[in-house]
Amino acid sequence: MRWRRWILYALLLIVAGLWWTRPVALPDDALAGLTGDAEAGAVIYAASGCGSCHRAPEATDGPLAGGRAFPSPFGTFYAPNISPHPTAGVGGWTDVEIASAVMRGVSPGGAHYYPAFPYDSYQQAEAGDIAHLIAYLRTLPESDAANRPHDVGFPFNIRASLGGWKLLFARPGWVLTEAPTPEIERGRYLVEALGHCGACHTSRNALGGPQTAQWLGGAPDPSGEGRVPNITPGGLDWSAGEIAEYLKSGFTPEFDTAGGEMVDVVENTAQLTDADRAAIAAYLKAVPAVAP
Amino acid sequence: MPSFLNSRTIALVCVTLAGSAFAASHLSPEVSGAINARKAHMGLYGHNLGPLGAMAQDKMPYDAAVASAAAANLAALANMDQSTYWVEGSDIAAAGGRAKAEIWSDRAGFDAEIEKLAAAATNLAAVAGDGLDAMKAGFGPVGASCGSCHKAYRGPRP
Ligand code: HEC
Ligand code: HEC
Ligand code: HEC
Repeated sequence: MRWRRWILYALLLIVAGLWWTRPVALPDDALAGLTGDAEAGAVIYAASGCGSCHRAPEATDGPLAGGRAFPSPFGTFYAPNISPHPTAGVGGWTDVEIASAVMRGVSPGGAHYYPAFPYDSYQQAEAGDIAHLIAYLRTLPESDAANRPHDVGFPFNIRASLGGWKLLFARPGWVLTEAPTPEIERGRYLVEALGHCGACHTSRNALGGPQTAQWLGGAPDPSGEGRVPNITPGGLDWSAGEIAEYLKSGFTPEFDTAGGEMVDVVENTAQLTDADRAAIAAYLKAVPAVAP
Repeated sequence: MPSFLNSRTIALVCVTLAGSAFAASHLSPEVSGAINARKAHMGLYGHNLGPLGAMAQDKMPYDAAVASAAAANLAALANMDQSTYWVEGSDIAAAGGRAKAEIWSDRAGFDAEIEKLAAAATNLAAVAGDGLDAMKAGFGPVGASCGSCHKAYRGPRP
C-alpha cells in the first residue's frame, strides 16, 4: 500500500524536524570556573533591562514579580515571576538553568520560550556576564505572585513550533559584522547583546523575525499605534554626544524628553558609565543608514 | 500640460488637500485651539529648559542671572492653570497628535503629574541662582517630571 509509506515518510519528516529544532539547553559546565559577582551583575542587569519587563506592571521598583503584558500579532504574553522566591520565582533553579533560559530560550523542563523574551539578543552575551547577572538576581527581594498564562491561540500556543522560529531568526552572530574600533565593539555588545535595542527599533516580518536588512530602521509601535523611531544615521541626525546625553538624562537636543517605553530604557542606560553610553552612541553612528 | 504637473504631483496635491480638509472639518475650533495652546505651552517648557539643561550638562558656563530668569519662566508656566487645554475629543483617536486617552480616563493621575512639575519648577526657581551644584540638584526633578508625564500620557509618534 503506497499511501501508508507516504504517511510514514511524512511522520518521519515531522519527527526529524522536531528533533532538529528541539530545545537545546546550555551544557552543564557552561558556567564552570566562573564566579558571579553581584555588584558587577547590577550593571549587566541595568544594561539588559530585565527589570523593565519583569517588575509588576507600572511598578518602577520592587520585586521581579512579573505580570506585565506584551501584546503582539500572535497574542498577549505575560512576563513570569523571576524573583528568587523558591517556588513562585526562579530561586529553586540552578545557575545553568537560569542561564539556559536567558541565553538559549529553553526552560528547565526543556521547552522553548517565546521570543517576547529577547534571548535571541542575550545569546550573544558573555557567559561571565550572565554569571554576574545571576548572582545579582539572587540578591533581589522575593515575590510569591503566581504566573499568568499567556493568551495565545493555535498554532502559536504549541511551544515546539518555536524551534523553527529559532532556527530561522535566532541565529548567533553580530548584525554589524565589522566593528572598526574597540569603542564600537563595546557599543555593539551593549546594543546587540544586552540592550536588545533591535527588539523595538527593528521591524519584523510576518513570522515575527527581525528584518536585519532594516536594522534599527524603525518599526510599528507594539501598542498598535504610531512608530518606534529610526535610530540609524538615516533617521537620527543627532551628534554622538547628543545621543549619549539622551541615554543619560532623556533629553533630546531640543529639550523635549523621551516618552513611552523609551523612558524605561533611559532609566537603565542612565545607570551605565559615560564611556558605555558613548560606546552605544558610536555604534549607532556606525550602523548602515536606513532611509527614513 | 506643464511637465511639473505630472500625475504624481497631482496625486500628492489631492492627498494633501484631502488631508487638510479632513483635519479642518473634523475638529471643532475649540478642540484645535486647545491642542495648539498646549503644544505651544510644551514648546515654551522646552525653550526655557534649554539654557538650564546646557549648564547642567556642562555645555555652557553657569550664569546665575540666566539660570534664574529661565527657571522663573518655567515656574510661572508650570503653575499656570492648564485645565482648558485638555478638552474632551482631543485624544489621539479623535484628533491625531499624541495625547493618550488615559489623560481623560485617569484625570487624577494626570493632574498629579501637573502638580509634580509645578512643585519641582517652583523649587528650581528658588535655587537656580545659588550656584551650579544647587541648580543641577533642582534641575533633575524637573526633567524627571517631564519624563514621567510623557511616559504615562503621551502616545507614540505617528
Ligand atoms: C522584553 C521583555 C523581557 C525582557 C527585557 C526580559 N524578559 Fe525574561 N521573559 C519575558 C517573557 C515574556 C517571558 C516568558 C517567555 C515564555 O513563557 O515563553 C520571560 C521569561 C523569562 C524566564 C523564564 C521564567 C519561567 O518561569 O519560565 C527567565 C528566567 C527570565 N525571563 C529571565 C530574564 C532575565 C534574567 C532578563 C534580563 C537579562 C530578562 N528575562 C529580560 C520578557 C522579558
Ligand atoms: C521597549 C522598546 C524599546 C527599546 C528596548 C529601546 N527603545 Fe529606543 N525608543 C523606543 C521608543 C518608543 C522611542 C520613541 C520615544 C518617544 O516617543 O519620545 C525610542 C527612542 C529612541 C531614541 C530617540 C530617537 C528620536 O528620534 O527621538 C534613541 C536614540 C533610542 N531610542 C535609542 C535606543 C537604544 C540605544 C536602545 C538600546 C539600549 C533602545 N533605544 C531600546 C523604544 C525602545
Ligand atoms: C502633565 C503631563 C505633562 C508634563 C508635566 C509635561 N508634558 Fe510635555 N507633553 C504632554 C503631552 C500629553 C504631550 C502631547 C500633546 C499632544 O500631542 O496633543 C506633550 C508634548 C510635548 C512636546 C511636543 C509639543 C509639540 O509641538 O508637539 C514637548 C516639546 C514637550 N511636551 C516638552 C515638555 C517638557 C520640556 C516638559 C517639562 C518641563 C513637559 N513637556 C512636561 C504632557 C506633559
